[in-house]
Amino acid sequence: MQTDQLIRTLAADNAHHERPVAFVLALALLAAAPVSIAMFFAGLGVRPDVMTAMHNPFFDLKFVVTLALAMSAIVVSLHLSRPEASLHGWALLLLIPVGILAGGIAVEMMLPQRLPMMTRLVGSNSRACLTAIPLMSLPLLAAALIGLRHGAPARPAVAGAIAGLVSAGLAATLYASHCTDDSPLFVATWYSIATALVTAIGALAGSRVLRY
Amino acid sequence: MREREDEWTGLMRQAMSGDGAAYHRLLKAVTPVLRAAARRGLARAGQPVDQSEDIVQDILLAVHLKRHTWDANAPFAPWLFAIARNKLIDALRRRGRRIFVNIDDFAETIASEPAAETAPASEVAAQLQSLPPRQREVLQSIAIEAASIKDTAAKFSMSEGAVSVALHRGLASLTAKLREQ
Repeated sequence: MQTDQLIRTLAADNAHHERPVAFVLALALLAAAPVSIAMFFAGLGVRPDVMTAMHNPFFDLKFVVTLALAMSAIVVSLHLSRPEASLHGWALLLLIPVGILAGGIAVEMMLPQRLPMMTRLVGSNSRACLTAIPLMSLPLLAAALIGLRHGAPARPAVAGAIAGLVSAGLAATLYASHCTDDSPLFVATWYSIATALVTAIGALAGSRVLRY
Repeated sequence: MREREDEWTGLMRQAMSGDGAAYHRLLKAVTPVLRAAARRGLARAGQPVDQSEDIVQDILLAVHLKRHTWDANAPFAPWLFAIARNKLIDALRRRGRRIFVNIDDFAETIASEPAAETAPASEVAAQLQSLPPRQREVLQSIAIEAASIKDTAAKFSMSEGAVSVALHRGLASLTAKLREQ
């Protein structure tokens, strides 16, 4: 086919309009969320003392951190879905959840605690945390990748890694309502390891499926 | 340079609001620039520049299928060149696995030869054959016989909507096949 012929064909298809990437990403995440939520209720469930726990600011802080991660990662991933975009400057957004968590650790350090620092850090749910967050992330990660595939990311592995952060942030939000370890030290350690794992999976998958 | 790029941005805005003629003009206008860039890239990589047309078509398909990622408030050229660079690197990487005579010494001369020397593109045409018959017929009718969507619909006793769908699906799967090859 000659290039002029191809151009004529493309022009004939001009009437076809694609949905914006944000729309497809939102739709895919909304479709995957029930799967992760079903996994959550089938395997874990909300902790029994949730009504009392809600009055503990450190319990609430977990949701602020995980949702801040998910939100900032969604914003960055949408930016990176454009072919001319670079991470430059935008990566700072991802420091928001880190900053909130660091603030939480500092506050906890200043308050009198019943348990020693290492006990709070090690907690009693680390294994569940490292299993549940990545597993519940998977449907959401697939959704985020489907959403970003609709775009044209210049660096597929980076965009995939950010998709990993999106899904880990959302899965960690679910997990946080089950976990009885509320210390920001526990969150900074185990949630981070789980998130790093999902981010690595996202980068690997992204480098394969996000090329356009 | 600046004027040309402003003109492209204007045409793309018109195209996005449904003006097919503006879109046609835009693609015609950017193609020589893309061709020159592809030839330069091939020459610099020490590969035969007569393969530039496959790269040009690859870029045009990506531009078409990803045009919803262009922000209508941003200039068009940086977006276009980002896609072109991405596709050129892809193409060079793919070709890098094959052996070619090094033409570095001649690169400058060959790159400055007129664009008409270019060999015709073959990859899109080859992949066209592997499409489902309906999509292939519709694409061929519009591309090669220069038929309109309306004429194509009448010829195959299809609705215009069905022709449009087959056309878009055909272009999308053509692009997917090119990516996988």
